[in-house]
Amino acid sequence: MSDRALAVVRAGALTTVQDRGRPGHAHLGVPRSGALDAPAAALVNRLVGNPPDAAVLETTLNGCSVRPRSTVTMAVGGAPCPVTVDGRPVAWGAAVRVPGGALLDIGAARAGVRGYLAVAGGVAVEPVLGSRSTDLLSGLGPPPLTDGTVLPLGRPPGFHARVDVVPHPAPPLELVLRITLGPRHDWFTDAALRTFTTRPYAVSSASNRIGLRTEGPALERSRAGELPSEGMVLGAVQVPPDGRPVVFLADHPTTGGYPVVAVVHPADLPGAAQAAPGTPVRFVAVRHRR
Amino acid sequence: MRVLPVGDRALLIEVGTGEEAEALHAELLRRRATGDLAVAEIVPAAGTVLLDGLDDPSLLTGRLASWEVPPVPPRAQDVVEIPVRYDGPDLADVAAHWGVDETEVARIHAAAEFRVAFCGFAPGFGYLTGLPREVPRRATPRTAVPAGSVALAGPYTGVYPRSSPGGWQLIGTTDIVLWDHTRVPAALLAPGTRVRFFPVAAP
Repeated sequence: MSDRALAVVRAGALTTVQDRGRPGHAHLGVPRSGALDAPAAALVNRLVGNPPDAAVLETTLNGCSVRPRSTVTMAVGGAPCPVTVDGRPVAWGAAVRVPGGALLDIGAARAGVRGYLAVAGGVAVEPVLGSRSTDLLSGLGPPPLTDGTVLPLGRPPGFHARVDVVPHPAPPLELVLRITLGPRHDWFTDAALRTFTTRPYAVSSASNRIGLRTEGPALERSRAGELPSEGMVLGAVQVPPDGRPVVFLADHPTTGGYPVVAVVHPADLPGAAQAAPGTPVRFVAVRHRR
Repeated sequence: MRVLPVGDRALLIEVGTGEEAEALHAELLRRRATGDLAVAEIVPAAGTVLLDGLDDPSLLTGRLASWEVPPVPPRAQDVVEIPVRYDGPDLADVAAHWGVDETEVARIHAAAEFRVAFCGFAPGFGYLTGLPREVPRRATPRTAVPAGSVALAGPYTGVYPRSSPGGWQLIGTTDIVLWDHTRVPAALLAPGTRVRFFPVAAP
């Protein structure tokens, strides 16, 4: 492999390659995938002068360590965390020049869940259906990184962004998710809909890239029976038989048979990607359609 | 036809039957191809079609009411033929459920003409309608169903594109590749594809 490569020294709890995903194939059962906190991924790309659709690394809670084969510009963003190069602290949320052979370490998140590492030129693994994203539901794209994985890098762009620092929203202390009720809110009792939009929930530790699971009061259905499978959107709040709402994130299944009580406003999903287990969640109805 | 808003950018169109969903899906594809409909995803399912990535769902809701949806279009396209060894571990259970012997299960299945009603569960997994009989899902799902398993559940036939957990009744095996992302198209079976199964002997 050429010098344009990045060796993964410590893969961390779960580190995947992500770009803007592969929308447009849902009718074939292909999830959209892509960075969960898409604005954070776009910001770190901007810091190293990449186009917004360049592939980055998405870390989970405890970061990762990488060693570039040649000198390259990198930036770490998303969940705030310590960043070091060969043990020396360097800036988080800013472009950093990392010498070839040096070790860049992304430490444990101080808040939030998902960190993003952009490398000038982008991670250049082979795209699948137009995207380099790892899809954990269906197994498309590169597998999650393991210690020793070597990733090819693309050519660095000819210019660098002139911004030194870009504003990152802080991970939420309380996750407020604006929702539009429906399409299947009529499968639930009025009391359940009141519970859903007024009572506190908490982020469950069973959450992943497929869905943000919640703990809290169960939502009671107003009817028995099964719903035939139907198409699912990003941000759909599906209610499985245990009654606890699940917010569908990027790797969600394209069809499903549990009723969708509401859909989360897309602008609130990056916050959901950064809400650590135990974070309080409130679902706030912004429009009620019957 | 009932049109349900799904968030601010999508609509779920609910129709009465699988045939109506098929006809509506065909009409939506036709309108997208002519530039009459701008939408990111058209996702058919059992009795619905989801339109995702709409700029103005409420405007489209108004237009939908006036659309003529012709019945299921003539089946002019080619048939995908899938060779099957009818050797699945649930063949006896399916035979018992239908009150026939195992050979007859294979004969009934290979005599039917199928159509991909919709996809889901995994890339390239089609829900095929056309079988004149139904079977329930297995009471206990398997943790690993081998790739290439030909399986039944409810009114549907499916072929597992890769090894995965599953609760469908396994009646046979095929060597055909359902999904290959390096191939164009990657999916052998897409919504609307016609399918027949034909029996082959075990190697």
